[in-house]
Amino acid sequence: MRSTGHDQQKRKTIWQSLHIDIPLLAGLLCLLTLSICVVYSASGGDMDMVIRHSKRLGFAFTAMIVIAQIPPQFWRKWAVPAFIAGVALLVAVLLFGHVGKGAKRWINLGFTMFQPSEIMKLAVPMMTAWYVSQYDLPTKLQHIIIAFIIVLIPTLLIAKQPDLGTSLLIASSGIFVIFLAGASWKLIGSCAVLASAFAPILWTFLMKDYQKQRVLTFLNPEQDPLGSGYHIIQSKIAIGSGGLQGKGWMQGTQSQLEFLPERHTDFIFAVFSEEFGLIGVALLLTVYLAIVIRGLWIAINAQQAFTKLLAGSLTLTFFVYVFVNIGMVSGLLPVVGVPLPLVSYGGTSMVTLMAGFGILMSISTRRRFNA
Amino acid sequence: MKQRRVSIRNHTAEANLFARRAFIALMAVTAMLLLLFSKAYNLQVSSYEKYQTRSNSNRIKLLPVAPNRGLIYDRNGVLLADNKPIYSIEIIPEQVEDLSQTVGEISELLDISQDHQAKFFNALRSKRRFKPIELKSRLSEQQVALFSVNQHKFPGVFIDARLKRYYPFADLTTHSLGYVARINRRDAIKLEEQGKDENYAATRNIGKLGLEKYYQDELHGEVGHQEVEINNQGRVIRTLDFTPPKPGKDLTLTLDIELQMVAKRALAGHRGAIVAIDPRDGGVLAMYSNPAYDGNLFVHGISSKNYNKLLKSRHRPLINRTVQGYPPASTIKPLLALTGLEEGIVTPETEIYDPGFYQLKGVENRRRDWKRWGHGKVNLTKSLEQSCNVYYYDLSFKLGITRIARMMEKFGFGDYTGIDIHEENSAIMPSVEWKRARYNQPWYTGETLSVGIGQSFWTVTPLQLAQSISILVNRGDIKVPHLVKAKTSYDQVNPETGERTSIFEEVPVDHKPPIVLKDNKNWEIVLDAMHNTVQKKGATGYNAFKGHTYDAAGKTGSAQTANLAQDERYDAESTAESQRDNAMFVAFAPYENPEIVVAVAIENVAKGGGAANAAPVARQILDQYFGDRVIVSEHPHLLHEETYGEQHLKTIPASVRGSR
Repeated sequence: MRSTGHDQQKRKTIWQSLHIDIPLLAGLLCLLTLSICVVYSASGGDMDMVIRHSKRLGFAFTAMIVIAQIPPQFWRKWAVPAFIAGVALLVAVLLFGHVGKGAKRWINLGFTMFQPSEIMKLAVPMMTAWYVSQYDLPTKLQHIIIAFIIVLIPTLLIAKQPDLGTSLLIASSGIFVIFLAGASWKLIGSCAVLASAFAPILWTFLMKDYQKQRVLTFLNPEQDPLGSGYHIIQSKIAIGSGGLQGKGWMQGTQSQLEFLPERHTDFIFAVFSEEFGLIGVALLLTVYLAIVIRGLWIAINAQQAFTKLLAGSLTLTFFVYVFVNIGMVSGLLPVVGVPLPLVSYGGTSMVTLMAGFGILMSISTRRRFNA
Repeated sequence: MKQRRVSIRNHTAEANLFARRAFIALMAVTAMLLLLFSKAYNLQVSSYEKYQTRSNSNRIKLLPVAPNRGLIYDRNGVLLADNKPIYSIEIIPEQVEDLSQTVGEISELLDISQDHQAKFFNALRSKRRFKPIELKSRLSEQQVALFSVNQHKFPGVFIDARLKRYYPFADLTTHSLGYVARINRRDAIKLEEQGKDENYAATRNIGKLGLEKYYQDELHGEVGHQEVEINNQGRVIRTLDFTPPKPGKDLTLTLDIELQMVAKRALAGHRGAIVAIDPRDGGVLAMYSNPAYDGNLFVHGISSKNYNKLLKSRHRPLINRTVQGYPPASTIKPLLALTGLEEGIVTPETEIYDPGFYQLKGVENRRRDWKRWGHGKVNLTKSLEQSCNVYYYDLSFKLGITRIARMMEKFGFGDYTGIDIHEENSAIMPSVEWKRARYNQPWYTGETLSVGIGQSFWTVTPLQLAQSISILVNRGDIKVPHLVKAKTSYDQVNPETGERTSIFEEVPVDHKPPIVLKDNKNWEIVLDAMHNTVQKKGATGYNAFKGHTYDAAGKTGSAQTANLAQDERYDAESTAESQRDNAMFVAFAPYENPEIVVAVAIENVAKGGGAANAAPVARQILDQYFGDRVIVSEHPHLLHEETYGEQHLKTIPASVRGSR
């Protein structure tokens, strides 16, 4: 018994010295494996696509391991410069950025195209956490206001691109920091009231036509079944026809016969639900819940306010991805371009997410050393 | 500074606050996950059936499969309407690497015109790349063979065979069979109104005329379905299920194609019509209208040039003369005689004196007999043998138009016989009421006299004429004339082999209420007189039937088509062709237990009347029927082959004929 305990102690140290959090790794590997399977099916057995996807996963995974080696202290030091650089890049994007799919999101770095908003997914929670953690918790109102301003600047810049999905994620990452830092319920309540008052203004002045159309389509998709409602109708048909047990891997007719649009990217959840049914959905949601629990556990056990807030915010933002994507695909929310985290085929967001988990692992494996 | 501030912070309180907030966040996360789960439950369990159905209707399509049209045979099993494969060469663009090169090579190989190539590239623009596009249709057998040998060089190019209607006897059968042609907009609307559009989903052609039209529903059959899985582009991924179409019923006609051929030859060079009926069952043995035209032209879509030619021809080939009205002339005299007997106006012994004309009291106008010097003393039998007009002027005057019309209507004049084609004309049986309705004029006695010799307004179709004689020989029994003798249906499928079993069913003969005479002897008197007309030397039908072997009976007729002035003599040679007399003849044989009734109408004959022109035609039909064959099949084994045609029948020289 004792020797086993000793071994465990020793093994833990090995993993810890590698800065890998085993439960989190297990959850992530579950998702990545699933991702390869579903992308294979959604692409209709396109091996080339699966290989490209796997390479990207490998790259993201490596990025996570590398980032896990960096002590959180580093992030704390670099939070402000990273944030300022990010804002500068966002402004640059608006001025000189590349247009793709009707939005200015990319900046050409010469060797690759790059979305500065991805940096902000990490820089905003870092910056907010850095700022809030300088003061005692619960944060005082004046600090909260400044924190809000910190969050609002990149949010608006990204919304202007326009990229509603990303600005939503970035806003929530900052707000989660403020929430976790103990903003009073009164404030949260009044903010909620304010936000609902802000909604009509957002609708009238800030939202682009296509974004309004998405909301209208969400409210009544059957109105235009072949036009803008097509995505959501086909997606609901795919999920619904999966039933309890699903049609089986590679057997989903909605996806295999290409009725489902964007099936390997944003709508991959519909492919998964069609082929694996409600049972599969329940398992997938459980994996996500487990990752969230592990993330929050790491946050709670972190030794510093900065690491606590950063870990908590990254975890909850990860969940926002899950909720917005599944909510959108199942018709619960309007169509917002957010991928299903770690499952959807696709580049930058996967790397950013895995980088976030690298930070989580770094925090998790260093909590004893007060580093 | 920073270090100090951190050091004095209450870490435990902050940790607790954070843990509380994190826990609240976890609760919120759990609640939202449950919300997502409940939405998924709602879609996948509560509404499963709805989405299952919608998913299936997305991917499963029913492709209609056209049934094979029923074939049409003559009474002896000779194929009259066939379904012949038409070959077309088609290309699936996405399966071809270099389209223009491939099209060029094939065009060179099969000698396909620039026109067809241009059409192909035009169609290419509007069609899906996985759907076949036709390069050329109606390939010759040589082209098919040539391509088949070279097929391996052209992936994505193939030959498609489609069945198209083919009438091997062409113009010989068009007026009775009719033809099929492409379903046009009007047909489509009608089919939709009748709720038949689903059954015709894959059908291209529809019966437009004749039997093809009349029996359209039965010939068509029932559409089959191929249940296929498609993708969002409509590409067929695989076949899930196949319900084969039910072929249309085959029709076996009462027509005898050899008799039909004799009719065509006998009428060669004339406008006219022949109808032959079997009085025992009302079956039409021959029905030919000359000139005719080739129905095959319409199957492939007739060119406007060809159509105009048919439409504008002076001989009006499009008209089916067997069901068009002609003045019956003297062919009607037997029935008028019967009416006189029946009404008690005359007896067989009643005699009149014929001075060569007939004059009503107090009227200037004299009615000529065809014999200028008259027939002298004439009784009923002689009146028919000699076709004495004066006798019938007198008789019709005594009968009056109403009694004539009532009796003639019983024999079917002025009404449809009910034959199974739609083109039938009712023709005109004039009467006081008819004239009032038609012209709003009173009836004049003079018109009754004209009716007495089958002229005036009176018109009858050759079919009506044959039918009236059929009623006569049947002693009042009316069997509706018809072309279809039997139908072969393919309703039943053998559950073991999956093959369809054919069921041959004779069509029962339709009857109308019979004509009942006060005295049945009257039938015999009239029939006997008709017998004499052919058998007795010097009678009007004698010469044409000299030496025949089957004991025929008949009656001649010559109809004026021009109005002649008083005492003006008719001279065919000096009369314009279209104003010349029509020659008519009705006949039946054998006299005892007749098997065939023939009516002949020939328009505007050059010389002579019914006796000289129509009677010999009727004789050829009867000769053929009774085995003294004019035409025999050289290759009886070819009877069921599509290639069987006129070329396989040969004419027996007259010297060899008549041995019976």
